[in-house]
Amino acid sequence: MRIRLKVWRQENQQDPGKMMTYVLGDINPHMSFLEMLDTLNEQLLQEGSRPVEFDHDCREGICGQCGIMINGRAHGPLKNTTTCQLHMRSFKDNEEIVIEPFRATAFPVKCDLKVDRTAFDRVIASGGFISVNTGQAPEANSIPISSPDVEAAFDAAACIGCGACVAVCKNSSAALFTSAKISHMVLLPQGEIEAQTRVRSMVDQMDAEGFGHCSNTEACEAECPQQISVLHIARMNYEYNKAQVLKK
Amino acid sequence: MGQWKQQTLSRKNWMAFTGLFLCLYLVIHLLGNLQLFLPEERAHRQFNLYSHILSGNIIIKIISYILFASIIGHVVYAIIITLTNTRARKVKYHYDRRGAVSKWYSRNMGLLGTVIFIFLVIHLRDFWYVYKFGNLPLDAQGHKDLYILVISVYSELWYVLLYVVCMVALCYHLLHGFFSAARTLGLYHPRYAKGVRIFGWVFSIVICTGFAAMPVYVHFLK
Amino acid sequence: MLDARIPDGPLEDKWSHYKAHAKLVNPANRKKLEVIVVGTGLAGSSIAASLGEMGYSVKSFCFQDTPRRAHSVAAQGGVNACKNYKNDGDSVFRMFYDTIKGGDFRAREGNVYRMAECSANLIDQAVAQGVPFGREYGGYLNNRSFGGVQVSRTFYARGQTGQQLLLGAYQALMRQVGAGTVQLFARHEMQDLVVIDGKARGIIVRNMDTGELERHGAHAVVLATGGFGKIYYLSTLAMGCNGSAIWRAHKRGAYMANPSWTQIHPTSLPQSGEYQSKLTLMSESLRNDGRIWVPKQKEETREPNQIPEEERDYYLERRYPAFGNLSPRDIASRAAKERIDAGFGIGPLKNAVYLDFSKAIKDQGEDKIRKKYGNLFRMYEKITGVNAYQEPMRISPAAHFSMGGLWVDYELMTTIPGLFALGEANFADHGANRLGANSLLQASVDGYFIAPYTMANYLADEIKTGPIDIRHGAFAAAEENVQQFLKRLMGIQGNLGADYFHKELGKILYDKCGLSRSKEGLEAAIREINELRESFWQRLYVPGGYALNSELEKAGRVADYLELGALMCYDALMRDESCGAHFRVEHQTPEGEAMRNDEDFSFISAWEWAGVEKEPQLHKEPLHFEFVTPSVRSYK
Repeated sequence: MRIRLKVWRQENQQDPGKMMTYVLGDINPHMSFLEMLDTLNEQLLQEGSRPVEFDHDCREGICGQCGIMINGRAHGPLKNTTTCQLHMRSFKDNEEIVIEPFRATAFPVKCDLKVDRTAFDRVIASGGFISVNTGQAPEANSIPISSPDVEAAFDAAACIGCGACVAVCKNSSAALFTSAKISHMVLLPQGEIEAQTRVRSMVDQMDAEGFGHCSNTEACEAECPQQISVLHIARMNYEYNKAQVLKK
Repeated sequence: MGQWKQQTLSRKNWMAFTGLFLCLYLVIHLLGNLQLFLPEERAHRQFNLYSHILSGNIIIKIISYILFASIIGHVVYAIIITLTNTRARKVKYHYDRRGAVSKWYSRNMGLLGTVIFIFLVIHLRDFWYVYKFGNLPLDAQGHKDLYILVISVYSELWYVLLYVVCMVALCYHLLHGFFSAARTLGLYHPRYAKGVRIFGWVFSIVICTGFAAMPVYVHFLK
Repeated sequence: MLDARIPDGPLEDKWSHYKAHAKLVNPANRKKLEVIVVGTGLAGSSIAASLGEMGYSVKSFCFQDTPRRAHSVAAQGGVNACKNYKNDGDSVFRMFYDTIKGGDFRAREGNVYRMAECSANLIDQAVAQGVPFGREYGGYLNNRSFGGVQVSRTFYARGQTGQQLLLGAYQALMRQVGAGTVQLFARHEMQDLVVIDGKARGIIVRNMDTGELERHGAHAVVLATGGFGKIYYLSTLAMGCNGSAIWRAHKRGAYMANPSWTQIHPTSLPQSGEYQSKLTLMSESLRNDGRIWVPKQKEETREPNQIPEEERDYYLERRYPAFGNLSPRDIASRAAKERIDAGFGIGPLKNAVYLDFSKAIKDQGEDKIRKKYGNLFRMYEKITGVNAYQEPMRISPAAHFSMGGLWVDYELMTTIPGLFALGEANFADHGANRLGANSLLQASVDGYFIAPYTMANYLADEIKTGPIDIRHGAFAAAEENVQQFLKRLMGIQGNLGADYFHKELGKILYDKCGLSRSKEGLEAAIREINELRESFWQRLYVPGGYALNSELEKAGRVADYLELGALMCYDALMRDESCGAHFRVEHQTPEGEAMRNDEDFSFISAWEWAGVEKEPQLHKEPLHFEFVTPSVRSYK
């Protein structure tokens, strides 16, 4: 396969950046998208230019580090698929592929396609946990949880924190990310105790990071590699409203 | 401070509350105006009586204030929310195909809302303003003859078209707005969420078809 | 002779006796004691969170952009714990025995028993943190069975157990970050260890976004940086996984133990081309229901579904009837390699075997299989474009886990006082082969339940030390050393990228220090690696500058791998026996099984750095088996 790439290049956070065009001649359709970028970088290195910086690590769809806009879509043309699990067979021969970093004010671009997603860490630090110190835990089977409940909690907990939900959202809202954690915790009896303080502080932090409002377009669910349901956002709203009503 | 600090979620709550109240108003408005479909004689009499009663009633007056407040609230919050959302992404995508994974009308609620708002201004100027401050002739019962006004306004074809187009905009606005409001208020149960969604579709189509039918009916059949 | 300082007394009392007599630090003094934790996987996050909760001043470092991306996240199958919820005869001793035997009697009894003993607590802790382990309909925790054991003791969260356990630990860590007891430094990579008067006193890190070097002092340093299986280039590890932190510590005096013992995982996706960057793992749990086979005929060209039952060779079931498809990893991998080398491999490169679910789907129904492994089948289809409900998966062995690592004593302290190594970064507990679902366990218990006690025992004597001064000459020297190293890398200006050398090194190691090893092969490998290293320092090209630069990061890691690779070969060459994952072709039974030599090699090899180009120096820690008798490890 032969492809033309238009790639966002940006030296550092201050640099305004621009799109650059590259042509790759010999691409195997079984390559993963990131392996195609490896090939591009090898070519750039041979030319003596600076390779394209991009985020990646596990390359099996679970670490959540990779994440770029490919042809105007978060993680590329497939739904519910991380960039690393996208393969070149999803593209046509001679296709032009536009590659950009995830864009959101809360995710500043560091270099080329690398973005800073530490805003998510701060949202978790504000309350995305169950307060149990090492050693305090009771016997595991002393808290029976129904299988459907635990499976529902798992569905929410499966979030890999890649940020595609923010990137695809027209408002750059982090509602899906934040709500997945809130929902995971509140579905479990262990997590219910702190439900009110958790939802309030996590929503506060989410806002402080500069994410936008959720307007329920549901694009996030379509792009989420873990297919996290938008109904978790509704649950977050419910928990938030409940917490506001019951506030002392 | 804390108590009054507005969060994204509370702003959305206000959007949902005001929006749902406006939905409720639409139902009442539609039901009242269905009288236009009565036989000519009866429609004329009853419609004018109905508007007379409405304009004199204190409860209706209070509700109308709430209604105006809701419209203003809905618009003001929409503006605040849009501004915040714009700030949340200052650099745009060079090439944007994100639309492939969501409904166009869910992404363009502001645009649809603007169309509806412009329509509202025209609509209020044509009827509410004229009824309130204009010199309407009186009908046989001595009520202001709003019916004649309606007939004359809807006799212009371009005007009817404008109405229909705006009702289509309203329909799409409701299509997204109704279920979105329910979700914002926290309806997370999959079964009921689906139910509300289906209800929302039926609701939007019925309301908007009903409203659009009026000028069409008046124009072509009266 | 190295002394692991294992407490005397009966096996089951060693740990409780240790805990009862270890020194403690008064809560009021803990804030004054600083601890550096490098790595935020299960071991790193859990120790940082636990120490933070206790009140120590902790600094946590990771090279990823957030702690949640550490590679523990990718573990799929599960975590072992001897809860005996299945009433099938599990116990601490049974688990201890399975692990010792699984490791081919090359691990310490005291350590392994302690791991089994703490395993039950880990499940309690994880459940309390909100980890959604699979449950039965009554609401109680469920278990599955895993390779190498005959009880069901594996707890799981679908095929994402590692992710869920890591998120539990990550959330505990972030809670402490929020509380201010832990300072987090993401995108900071450790470059050197600072040793003052023989004690670990801090590290030099490079801010990977700005390129600046920073000094951080502490009363104790914990390395929880995972394994170095990525040295093979093609592996199941993440692209960023590296051995640099432990290697730089090694060069500062910490011994490396059993470095050649690498687990080659039997169920990974095969390589499909030269461009390939990693081999994706398919969880071992698939072997519960999948049957492994190759065609009986060489050069088979038919599609797998066209090959009739009697022309299939279910070689694991044939060779190991008792454990069959659930044989331990080293055995399953070697058996696959044996078939592939004999010419029975399948797929375009003839480098794979089939993993077939047709029988399980027929017996249990597709829905049940989908419920158990749905995400794995989805992942398989995403990567290969093949629907594994309809035709068998193609799998092949891939480098996966480092049983070797920094030598640590019973307290998980390396040969440098004050330097601790946790999780996969140390060598302890797994012997010459790790059992499935024991890695999450080891990383977690090291961090949650072991190091908090043993580190307190060390830190108790550090209260009088006072704050560590980073203006000390040793810090300046270490920083200068790092600067010189980076300058040297940038200054070569050759014409080959770091990946080239990494791939070449990987080929040498897969070939000569992988599933099977021989004296001649290893000697050749040492020569080849030395040549490759020389070529690296002459022909490397690092484009870009000193600030954010992935090529510079890679170059530093590959430079370390080139030294570590040679050490692995020295270790494999020295160990003139076969044991666990270490298979010397000179030592096998007529049926091709590994032959141990307990008389001469019942010891842990601990290597001391002697300098580049110099042969490393071997130290031995003899293994004493007081409670079990090493037997021939048979899964037949």
